[in-house]
Amino acid sequence: MNTAPLLAVDGLGKAFDGLIANRDISFIVHHGEIIGLIGPNGAGKTTLFNCLAGFHTPTTGRIAFEGHDITGSTPEAAAALGIARTFQIVRVFQSMTALENVMVGAMLRNKRVGEARDRAEEELAFVGLSHRADTPASDLTVSEQKRLEVARALATEPKLILLDEVMAGLNPTEVREASALVHRIHQRGIASIIVEHVMEGIMPIAHRMLVLDYGAKIADGTPAEIAENPAVIAAYLGE
Amino acid sequence: MTTGTNFSRKAAGTGALLALAAVLPLAITEPSQQNFLILILMGAQMGVAWNIVGGYAGQVSLGHAVFYGIGAYTSTMLLTTLGLTPWIGALVGGLLAALFALAMGWPCFRLKGHYFAMATIAVAEIMQILVTNSDFLEGAVGLYLPMDRSGWTWLIFLSKLPYYYVILGLLVLTVLVSWAIERSHIGYYFRAIKDEPEAARALGVSLTRYKLIALSVSAFLTAMGGSFYAQKEMFIDPGSVLATTISIKIALIAILGGVGRLMGPVLGAVILITIEEYSRTLFGSTGSGTDMIIYAAMIILVAVFSPSGVLGLLGDVHRHLGRHLPGAKPEAEKAEKMEVRP
Repeated sequence: MNTAPLLAVDGLGKAFDGLIANRDISFIVHHGEIIGLIGPNGAGKTTLFNCLAGFHTPTTGRIAFEGHDITGSTPEAAAALGIARTFQIVRVFQSMTALENVMVGAMLRNKRVGEARDRAEEELAFVGLSHRADTPASDLTVSEQKRLEVARALATEPKLILLDEVMAGLNPTEVREASALVHRIHQRGIASIIVEHVMEGIMPIAHRMLVLDYGAKIADGTPAEIAENPAVIAAYLGE
Repeated sequence: MTTGTNFSRKAAGTGALLALAAVLPLAITEPSQQNFLILILMGAQMGVAWNIVGGYAGQVSLGHAVFYGIGAYTSTMLLTTLGLTPWIGALVGGLLAALFALAMGWPCFRLKGHYFAMATIAVAEIMQILVTNSDFLEGAVGLYLPMDRSGWTWLIFLSKLPYYYVILGLLVLTVLVSWAIERSHIGYYFRAIKDEPEAARALGVSLTRYKLIALSVSAFLTAMGGSFYAQKEMFIDPGSVLATTISIKIALIAILGGVGRLMGPVLGAVILITIEEYSRTLFGSTGSGTDMIIYAAMIILVAVFSPSGVLGLLGDVHRHLGRHLPGAKPEAEKAEKMEVRP
């Protein structure tokens, strides 16, 4: 058995021309864990995602994935290692059908078009979009496009999936469905880090919560601990 | 099911088109008219080749004359200096163009959108100036092909008919390559890169690698077209195979017909070459001025009325009619499916 944690972030910092977006962030994610990543707007959540997925090179600190140093690797290398992501503002391939979108994800592991199609059909079914398979992605609702991004990311067969506000703008029923989806991803043994503002969506399912404020980690614990943490309350409500 | 039906219908349509193209010059025997048909096929071939990088992968090159010129000059130089058959010369030209594409793509693909297009213009302009000042390549004087040889070994013919079949063959080859790419994972990756490059990277697609594949395959096929031009005209100079107008014409043929669609550039070539040739008889071939006016007008018309080209426009009309004719709904849906699923 691999004893190294799935993801180990150590002292990670990211500055953009003097603006510090992340500072000295350290945490660990174990295989299959569901981590909630919360914090006020501008706390540095998306920057952290971009560092983990290879879109940004951290200014300081190290990122290790299954014991291998992946600090400053490219997004395509991160994807090949097993880190998948969705985007806060959806980025589906507009000129393709829903199925074709997911096929592009499946092609990371299998370049044969027919087999990628079979794999993509499974993932579309997993997120409940089978009935929309042949619909142009641009014709899907925003909520469907978000689920499509999840299916596309899962098709790359990741070990860790980074979900960026997949519950934003959903109605209460859809939020429950999204929570159930995250739980089913966990049951497949895939760890997830979820950036979310919708607390009723994330609190019931997360094993652990990370809280960022002004680019730094201010709390790390179970949802119950976080809810009573004075620093977190201060960050959200002001002192 | 539906895909299968569409596929066989498309195959039948393409087969009929090919059969028509094969017998057409037997009915049209006037040499000047055969020449006109050859010009259309040449335009279609360069358009289909450009479409691989400019259409599917969405990397708009306005410097394709550089590949066209490399093809024309390589096969011609190998023929005149070493006496090498242009069958091999064209292949060598294609390989050189592909290598050149890799070398120019490496820095140019660091630029995005309009900046990439501008860089390709610059590369083609520099090449034209270099060749114009090269004594080795006879500079602005140009190169003549040997007049004392003819036949299939040398690809030099006295009549137009063999040229017609050679360029038809090259067009079929270019369409087949394009079709194979469209159906493979490479075609999916090209479209992904065109739609959302960042999302493509997140799914493990290396932008640089696939853009370089697109540009070098396109360059190889464009260079073969350049070699054919040299064989047909038996004379080349920087103005005839390396000029910016050629780059614009190549891109325009594909854009006019419909980018990212297999047969779009073929339709684009029929329209553009027809207009070009009729305007030439109308205004006389006094200069390239009219060409540029026509190209500019075409660009404006496409940009304003149908960014997806004439094929896109036809698709819209078809769907529009389908929606308004009772009982025609399934047809409209089929049309839609055909477009999004090649």
